[in-house]
Amino acid sequence: MKKTVQDINLIREKTQSRIAMRGHGSFDTGEVSHYKRQVLICGGTGCHSNKSSQILAEFNRQIKEKGLENDVLTVMTGCFGLCAAGPVVIVYPEGAFYSRMTVEDVTEIVDEHLIKGNIVERLLHEEGEGKEKVVALSDTNFYKKQTRVALRNCGVIDPENIDEYIAYDGYQALIKALTTMDRQEVIDVILKSGLRGRGGAGFPTGRKWQFTKDAVGDIKYVCCNADEGDPGAFMDRSVLEGDPHAVLEAMSIAGYAIGATQGYIYVRAEYPIAVHRLKVAIKQAKEYGLLGENVLGLGFNFDIEIRLGAGAFVCGEETALMTSIEGNRGEPRPRPPFPAIKGLFGKPTLLNNVETYANVAQIILKGADWFSSFGTEKSKGTKVFALGGKINNTGLVEIPMGTPLRKVIEDIGGGIPNGKKFKAAQTGGPSGGCIPASLIDTPIDYESLISIGSMMGSGGLIVMDEDNCMVDIAKFFLEFTVDESCGKCTACRVGTRRLLELLTKVTEGTATMETLDEMEKLCYYIKDNSLCGLGQTAPNPVLSTLRYFRDEYIAHVKDKKCPAGVCKKLLQFKIDKDKCIGCGMCARNCPASCISKTDYIAEGHKLPSYEIDSTKCVKCGACMANCKFHAISKG
Amino acid sequence: MAKTSGVPFNGTKEQEEKLRAKLHELKSVQGGLMPALQEAQEIYGYLPKEVQIIVAEELGLSLSEVYGVVSFYSQFTIVPKGKYKIGVCLGTACYVKGSGDILAEVEKVLGISAGQITSDAKFSIDATRCIGCCGLAPVMTVNDDVYGRITPKDVNGILAKYN
Repeated sequence: MKKTVQDINLIREKTQSRIAMRGHGSFDTGEVSHYKRQVLICGGTGCHSNKSSQILAEFNRQIKEKGLENDVLTVMTGCFGLCAAGPVVIVYPEGAFYSRMTVEDVTEIVDEHLIKGNIVERLLHEEGEGKEKVVALSDTNFYKKQTRVALRNCGVIDPENIDEYIAYDGYQALIKALTTMDRQEVIDVILKSGLRGRGGAGFPTGRKWQFTKDAVGDIKYVCCNADEGDPGAFMDRSVLEGDPHAVLEAMSIAGYAIGATQGYIYVRAEYPIAVHRLKVAIKQAKEYGLLGENVLGLGFNFDIEIRLGAGAFVCGEETALMTSIEGNRGEPRPRPPFPAIKGLFGKPTLLNNVETYANVAQIILKGADWFSSFGTEKSKGTKVFALGGKINNTGLVEIPMGTPLRKVIEDIGGGIPNGKKFKAAQTGGPSGGCIPASLIDTPIDYESLISIGSMMGSGGLIVMDEDNCMVDIAKFFLEFTVDESCGKCTACRVGTRRLLELLTKVTEGTATMETLDEMEKLCYYIKDNSLCGLGQTAPNPVLSTLRYFRDEYIAHVKDKKCPAGVCKKLLQFKIDKDKCIGCGMCARNCPASCISKTDYIAEGHKLPSYEIDSTKCVKCGACMANCKFHAISKG
Repeated sequence: MAKTSGVPFNGTKEQEEKLRAKLHELKSVQGGLMPALQEAQEIYGYLPKEVQIIVAEELGLSLSEVYGVVSFYSQFTIVPKGKYKIGVCLGTACYVKGSGDILAEVEKVLGISAGQITSDAKFSIDATRCIGCCGLAPVMTVNDDVYGRITPKDVNGILAKYN
C-alpha cells in the first residue's frame, strides 16, 4: 500500500524496537521486542557460496522443531566484511561472532546458546597469531579500525526487508530533500561535502550533479554504474547485496536534484544475488510509494529500472555503459559531449557509481560538515576496499581517506599468511599500479596514489607476497585488458597486444634490455592515444612494476631467471643429490619421464639419488610437490 | 560466423513460442536488444544462428546488428554449454593464489580447453572473471556448486562427483 511521510515514520519507530537488540545505533523506543535472541547470518556472495543458506535453513528447522519461533528471530543479512572467516553468524544480544560455521555446528548453538544462554566458546572467531578468541565482531581488530559510512547497514539489516532499512533512518534523507530543500540546496550540500566519485577517477560528485541540472533538456536520466568489473573487487556488490535501498534512495534524491524522472541501474549479470535483492528492493519501494508517481504524495515522480550487463569490462566506462543500456555493442564514445550534456538516449544524464550513491543519503541527513570531517583535505569521507590475495583477513573494509596502507595491511588485514614477507599491494585493478613494500606508509587518498603511479580505482586491494612475480602480475593484468579491449581504437586494440607480446618475451627469457625501453615507449603511446579510460590506463600495471620492480625485470632479461619462481619458461628444477633418499616418487610422478636414477649414493642413504634432465622437463612442478624430503628446488 | 560446436540445433516449438512472446513485450522497450538476448539465452542455453534470426525478426533489426551485440559480450555464447558448466575463477585474488594451475588441471583431466565442451556434452569449461568470493580463493564452480580453497590435487575428486 502507498505510504505517506507519517506512515514511514510509524514503520520506523515500530521496527526500531524489533532491531534495537543488534546494538547498532541507540534507539529510545520504550517498546521492547519479544524476541530474546536474534541470529544474523551473512548472505553475501562469499558466505553464500560457503553454504550460509543451508545454515540458515538448519537454524530455522531446529528453531521450529524446538518451539523457539517466538523467542528467536533469524535474519539473513548482507556482507559482514570478514569474508575469510565465512560463513559467519552473529547471535544477539551478546553479539557472539561465530566464524567458519558448518551446518553440523548449528545444533550446538541452538541447544547451548539459544536455549541455555551459554556462548559456544569453541565456535567463536579466533584472531591473530595467538589465535585468541574474540566474542564480538565489533571487538576484532579487523572491525575496530574501520569507519563504516557506505557499509553502515551491511551485515546489520535484512536487505530484503524495507522496514529494517527505514528503521535505520532509511528514506529520511529523501523526505528531508523533498519537504525542506530546493533542488539547488541538495546539490550545494553534495558540493560542500567534497564527495568524489568512488568508481576510481574521483571527479567531484556535486559538480557532476550541477552540470546535469544546468543542462538543457526536458528529459534527463539518472544512472547507477554497478558494472563492477575489476577482478578482485566486490565493494559495490556488497553494498547492493547488503543495503540496496541506500542506492535507490540516493538515486531518487539525485533525480529530484537534477530534474529526472527515470533511473537505470546497470549491473553485472555475474552478480545474481545483488540483482535479486535490487529487484526485491525496487518492488518494495514501489509498493510503499517511495518509487513511482507522486512519491509519498509529495508530487515527485521517479522510477528505476535494472539493466543487466553481459560480461564486458569496458561497459564500466561511462559512455560505453550508456551505449550498452541503449542495446548496442558497449563501445565508448568520444567526450565531449559529456554525459551531463548528451548521455543516455542522447539526453543529459547523471552517472555515479554504487559506492558514491551509498554515501549520499547520509550526507543529506547529517550534513556536509559531518562527511568532510572524515578524510584528507582533498579526499573527503571514507573508501571501501576489497582486501584480497595474500592477506589473512580477506574481506571488505571501509576506512577514512588518508589511512596509511600499513594500517590496512597489518592491523585490519592481519598481515601476510604463513610468515611470508609483504612485497606489494595492487590498487586500481587493470588500470592501477603496484605499491611496493618501501611505500607501505603511503596514505590512501586520490592524490597520494596517483603521485606514486597507482590510482584509487574502484577499491580492489590485492596483496602480494614474495612468491608473486611482478612481471607475471603485469602480464596477468595486460592479458585482461587485451581480452577486454573493445577494439574500437587502434592504440588500445593493437597497442596492448603488442605490449603483451613484449612482456611475454620477458617472461620467456627472450627479451633484451632494449625490449624494456621499447615497452616503456609503447606504454606512453597507448596512454596518449586511446579513446577511453580502459586504454589510457591499461599500461599502468606495466609502468608501475617497471618503476618499482625493475630489478625483477632485469633478472628475467639478463640472468634469465624469475626470482619468485613463477615464470615457467625460466624455471629450473634441481634435485639435491645429498638430500635425495632415492625413493623414486619424483620419477613416478613425472609426466615427461625426464627423471632418472644416477649411480650416486649419498652418505647415510641406501639408494642412489635421482636427477632431472632439464632439456625434457616441462616444469610442471609435480616432482617437487611429491618429494617428501624437500630435496627438489626451483629457481 | 565464428566457430560453432557442431552440435545440431534442436530447439522446440515451445521454446520458440516462449521466446516470441517475450520479444513481443520487449519490442517497445528502449534499448531492448540486450534484455532480449538475455531472455533468449535463458530459454535455449545459448544463442545459435537460428535463435539470433528469431530475435532479429521480432525486433525489426538486421541479423548483423544482433550478431554484433552477441559477439561483443562474453556472456553471450553461440556454443552450447555442457550439462555441468565448470568455471575456474581467474580474478586477481584467485590468480595470485594459483587458480591458473587449477584451470590447467581441469583442462588436462577433461582433455578440452577453456571455452570448449566435451564431445558427450557433459562438461564445458570457462575461465571466468572474478565471481566475488575472494575469501575462498582459489575457487572453481560446477553449475551452482562452489568449491573454494582448492589445490590442483582436488580437481579429480571434484569432477568425479559428476561422472
